[in-house]
Amino acid sequence: MSLNGQSKIPQILKNREAEVLADWLGEQMAAGIRKDLLKEMELREECREFLELFTDAIQQGNFTNIQSPEWRGLKDMLASVSRSRTQKGFTPTETANFVFSFKQPLFKRLRQELGQNGETLLEEILSATNLIDKLALWTTEIYQKTREEVILRQQEELMELSTPVVKLWEGILALPIIGTLDSARTQIMMESLLQMIVQTGSQVAIIDITGVPTVDTLTAQHLLKTVTAARLMGADCIISGIRPQIAQTIVYLGVDLADITTKASLADAFVLALKRSGFAISRSKSAI
Amino acid sequence: MQKNEVISIRSSSDVVLVRQAVRQLAVELGFSLINQTKIVTGASELARNTLEHGGGGTVNIEALDEGTRRGLRLIFEDSGPGIPDLELALKDGFTTGGGLGMGLSGTKRLVNEFDIVSRVGEGTRITITKWK
Amino acid sequence: MERIAILQIGHFLLVTIQVDMHDRLAMTLQDDLTNRISQTSARGVLIDISALEIVDSFIGRILGNIAKMSRILDAETVVVGMQPAVAITLVELGLSLKGIRTSLNVEKGMALLRSSLGDSEGGSMDGDAEK
Repeated sequence: MSLNGQSKIPQILKNREAEVLADWLGEQMAAGIRKDLLKEMELREECREFLELFTDAIQQGNFTNIQSPEWRGLKDMLASVSRSRTQKGFTPTETANFVFSFKQPLFKRLRQELGQNGETLLEEILSATNLIDKLALWTTEIYQKTREEVILRQQEELMELSTPVVKLWEGILALPIIGTLDSARTQIMMESLLQMIVQTGSQVAIIDITGVPTVDTLTAQHLLKTVTAARLMGADCIISGIRPQIAQTIVYLGVDLADITTKASLADAFVLALKRSGFAISRSKSAI
Repeated sequence: MQKNEVISIRSSSDVVLVRQAVRQLAVELGFSLINQTKIVTGASELARNTLEHGGGGTVNIEALDEGTRRGLRLIFEDSGPGIPDLELALKDGFTTGGGLGMGLSGTKRLVNEFDIVSRVGEGTRITITKWK
Repeated sequence: MERIAILQIGHFLLVTIQVDMHDRLAMTLQDDLTNRISQTSARGVLIDISALEIVDSFIGRILGNIAKMSRILDAETVVVGMQPAVAITLVELGLSLKGIRTSLNVEKGMALLRSSLGDSEGGSMDGDAEK
């Protein structure tokens, strides 16, 4: 920028801090800030802090590069504002508007102070606009990042929820799988199954794939890995719930499930598991 | 965290030292138990390769911190005979050392990045990286 | 020279691996174990690896060798107590240790040996493994 640190903005902000702050707050209240999500007191405090850090940083005369160290403080502050707004349920626009709305009060003061000098005023406004846009974009970036973190965490939670290992009987576990089996899910599934095998000392685990829509080569490999890992620890797996189409697919794909016990239904698998564990089922009364 | 350690691999007890050093760093970096086990197993395979096929060499163990992700990078180097056919050496079941032939190909599956450079008569350098 | 202790329990031998084995130690174990099987006419071998933090292809091969060699010497081998992380890693490595019998812990491994010996002897129990 051509101003080269001779900008009047730092001086103006210092002299008229209170007025700028009041105008800015008024601006945001008028624009309809979400009072349901944010108290006026909180907003005032945020604006005050922003203004203080902004005034500090701008002393250095650097209007173009917000990556430089003097902007660190303000960026951190904006990041935390952005994060808290994301969590409170503000939209990205509302979040960025916190910064954008600072333009009006600032420009108003600039006009008042520099009104007689059109050229300088234009330059000041241009460089300030540029800077504020960058800061606002920064809040959007943080907003996005916070959202991504939330999604990632939810994905992980969902993943763990989606692979429950249940104990059916003394020494018999069941792992009903619903949905597609990808590598990440297999990994978690394998971990929770093996962990439960250790915890419960179970020697038989039934993996029920009734809820798995399709089985491709990769899915079959994932299943095989799980079965092999369980076997290495000393537990046998039975795969149940294989629908006729899936049986056909498995054969067409040339996947070798010969070493694995398979059963059509979970009930059949359970009976087999009981038998292997030395239990027998009998009816105490004959059904009429 | 910027950490770097070089261990020379001259005997089968050095292979144990490599395993222990890698384990310790993986724990410090907060690796999950599964990932600790994978990288230590990979390190064990490659250290033994360096010893048996490379006639000994070194491993450089480095902690990586790229802000959002942390990891471990191991660089095994030897000045042994080199590997004439890399493609073949990376196949499951290929063995010259009387092992199970899972050393190289298996290690590749245990880590996130695997890089091998080998020149016949000059030596071999294998770099593996595991992210947390 | 350091060695891994081999305990005799009736007709079974029990080995508990508690150290991070270097390759020579593993080879020594293979030698010692085959010798002990033939000396004691043991019918079963239990190898407890619950304290092992990793099993790589070398240890995998040694375990496989022990199983094969003891079978020739008429003893069954059961590897017990493999940790979940170790099992997952072995599978990724591409090793399934086919031909090795496994069990969750020493107690279950012992029961497995007894029942399989009982079966193979047609229930006649000429080996008094039950006692």
